[in-house]
Amino acid sequence: MSKNLDFVKFDKVDKSYDGKVLVVKDLNLDIAEGEFITMLGPSGSGKTTCLMMLAGFETPTNGEIYLDKNPISNIPPHKRGIGMVFQNYALFPHMTVYENLAFPLKVRKFQKDEIDKKVDKALSMVSLSGFEHRMPGQLSGGQQQRVAVARSLVFDPQLVLMDEPLGALDKNLRESMQYEIKHIHESIGVTVVYVTHDQSEALTMSNRIAVFNDGKVQQLSSPDKLYEEPVNSFVAEFIGENNTFAGQVTNMSAKECKVKLNDGTEIVANPISVKSNGDKTTVSLRPERALINTKEKMDNNFKGKIEEVIYHGDHTRVRLDLLGNKEFILKVPNSSANMDIKMGNLINVSWNSHDARALDPK
Amino acid sequence: MSSETGKILTTDGIPLEVSLKKAERKNKIKAFLLVAPLLLFLLITYIFPIGDMLMRSVDDKMVTEMLPKTFKSMEKWDGKELPSEEVFESFYLDFQKLVEEKRDGKLSTQLNYTKNGFKSILKKLRRKAKNFEEGNYKEQIMAVHQRWADVEYWRAIQRRAPAYTSQKYLKGIDMYKNEEGNIVSVEEDRRIHRILWLRTLEIAFFVTLLCFLMAYPIAHLLATLPMKYSNLLMICVLLPFWTSLLVRTASWMILLQQQGVVNDFFVMIGLVADDSRPEMMFNKTGTYVAMTQILLPFMVLPLYSVMKTISPSLMRAGKSLGGTPFVAFWKVYFPLTIPGIGAGCLLVFILAIGYYITPALVGGASGTLISNQIAFHMKSTLDWSFASAMGLMLLAGVLAIYWVYNKLVGVDNIKLG
Repeated sequence: MSKNLDFVKFDKVDKSYDGKVLVVKDLNLDIAEGEFITMLGPSGSGKTTCLMMLAGFETPTNGEIYLDKNPISNIPPHKRGIGMVFQNYALFPHMTVYENLAFPLKVRKFQKDEIDKKVDKALSMVSLSGFEHRMPGQLSGGQQQRVAVARSLVFDPQLVLMDEPLGALDKNLRESMQYEIKHIHESIGVTVVYVTHDQSEALTMSNRIAVFNDGKVQQLSSPDKLYEEPVNSFVAEFIGENNTFAGQVTNMSAKECKVKLNDGTEIVANPISVKSNGDKTTVSLRPERALINTKEKMDNNFKGKIEEVIYHGDHTRVRLDLLGNKEFILKVPNSSANMDIKMGNLINVSWNSHDARALDPK
Repeated sequence: MSSETGKILTTDGIPLEVSLKKAERKNKIKAFLLVAPLLLFLLITYIFPIGDMLMRSVDDKMVTEMLPKTFKSMEKWDGKELPSEEVFESFYLDFQKLVEEKRDGKLSTQLNYTKNGFKSILKKLRRKAKNFEEGNYKEQIMAVHQRWADVEYWRAIQRRAPAYTSQKYLKGIDMYKNEEGNIVSVEEDRRIHRILWLRTLEIAFFVTLLCFLMAYPIAHLLATLPMKYSNLLMICVLLPFWTSLLVRTASWMILLQQQGVVNDFFVMIGLVADDSRPEMMFNKTGTYVAMTQILLPFMVLPLYSVMKTISPSLMRAGKSLGGTPFVAFWKVYFPLTIPGIGAGCLLVFILAIGYYITPALVGGASGTLISNQIAFHMKSTLDWSFASAMGLMLLAGVLAIYWVYNKLVGVDNIKLG
């Protein structure tokens, strides 16, 4: 049986709440069966609206959403059979954990012993066996979260939506829950659409990430591609740390281009979204791709003055004044070779033109 | 752990408990002083009047104090035959004293409550007693009127001896203590209070039900509408609060009377014929309509405050898990509103059970409640002890309802906001 590559399909979906502003603009998105896809974006970027349209709590203003090839715009939420984990869990506070989990089974008219079996299985999946008779109020945030996940999976839906499910947890718990959700996804093979504004969450969990901004998908690709090869400056800025240089293209060729910066120096960059000489551009460079005092041969070599040194234990963050950019960040691994990093020193910084991506101007 | 399980000491060697108490005493005193004015106010305006009402309702000292000697000498009387000369003599002395103080009228009223026929024979006794000779009062008094020789009347006097009585309470439920001392109901056609009690309960119950049915959707709308609409709606709900109760009741009179707006409208749309306009006022209908409207905010507000706290994502969760909108409402939303329903119903029911002005104005004969009867005895018959007794019975009823409610729902579950 081949995998269904457009298990969920957003087809030219627009959404407006007030008839004046489009919250989602011309969204086309295919989600494959069994995939873990994350909608990532700042608040107000339209990602939650997309999720709500998929769940059936909002209707698309234009376009259609297909679930397993069937249009679903006219199907009410309770008939879509989609599991959902809400931002604040939305556990029913007047029901025990067991009753919460049994709710979707009871409305589907399952037999009592079958319900018991399924609830047991779902609870053991999130390692909460024995908590059946607790009230949600008696559980910690992390436990409530797991109950919510178990509840969204207990009726074996093919698709589960998660709306910033880890937003209310503290950092450590959030990280362990990330792995737990990822493992559950891997073991049962359900399709997950996950919404978050936390990029590290998105990077660790997803098969693919759709970066939303301004109602549009800016880039849809795997986490590594998203980080290494951002297609525009919004994605480069939003995912991970980023050093930027603004300038103008002077010498364009197929594999590299020269960019004249505002202070007059020229750097060599990798042309991504610039087409010809004279184009304005923003060059983006990941902090870890620039090296100091390296012996490797690289085609960009400049001197920068150290403005600030922040000690992080395993690495040191260094802020440089380089080529007119006073916010140039470097990550220097903590090793004895790098002892001369002091405020005010001048150091050599080098990078490969391949890693300096000339993107659209901001 | 060491064997030192005794008291924990502070670094200065004072036991921790003592030290803690000392540290908290000042705060406790401050807190008490802060609430003291309110406590005093409650004591004066609430506890004392209720205590006074309680005393008044069982107080029967009036006659006891007017005839002290008589009752003293009656202690030895077995009540089977006419009392002895001693009783007659002390009655004469007590009565003469009352005549001098001009209080004999009150005595005759009081004794007449107990047994009809005392008024005239006391009047006669008063006239004749001026010419009584000393000694042999039994003969002289019996000569005034034949009833004075009837042992029943003396027994009636004796029944007023105790300083406290429960007869007002019995009267409140149409019962009395007969001459043999048994508690019996009054004749069927004279039972008015029981009907009133039942009617009060019935009207309070249905008003509560009507309020609940109307308030639930309103409160839900208030809780879910966007702010700019819900504020407007909230003003509409609260508007009645800002108008005088009398004005509201009077406007219902304008609306509901036979030539009133509502009837005119019914005739206009052809619902009723012009010559058979229904009576909607001065009966139960009027009481129901007006009371429901007036008490509605008391149901809306607690419901609203509870619904406001219910996250909309719960209903969504219910639906996304496969519940139809009705199932999601019934299994998820409704159970969460029970604290508000409890608070609203209790509030409305308790207010309704003691409602006074509205039933008095629009209730007519079939729409008046027990509180109107209480007012009647306070203002018209001046039988304050009876009014007090009925007031306390009402209070006891409310407390009983509160108790039952607590058993069923639990007072901790009430949420007023």
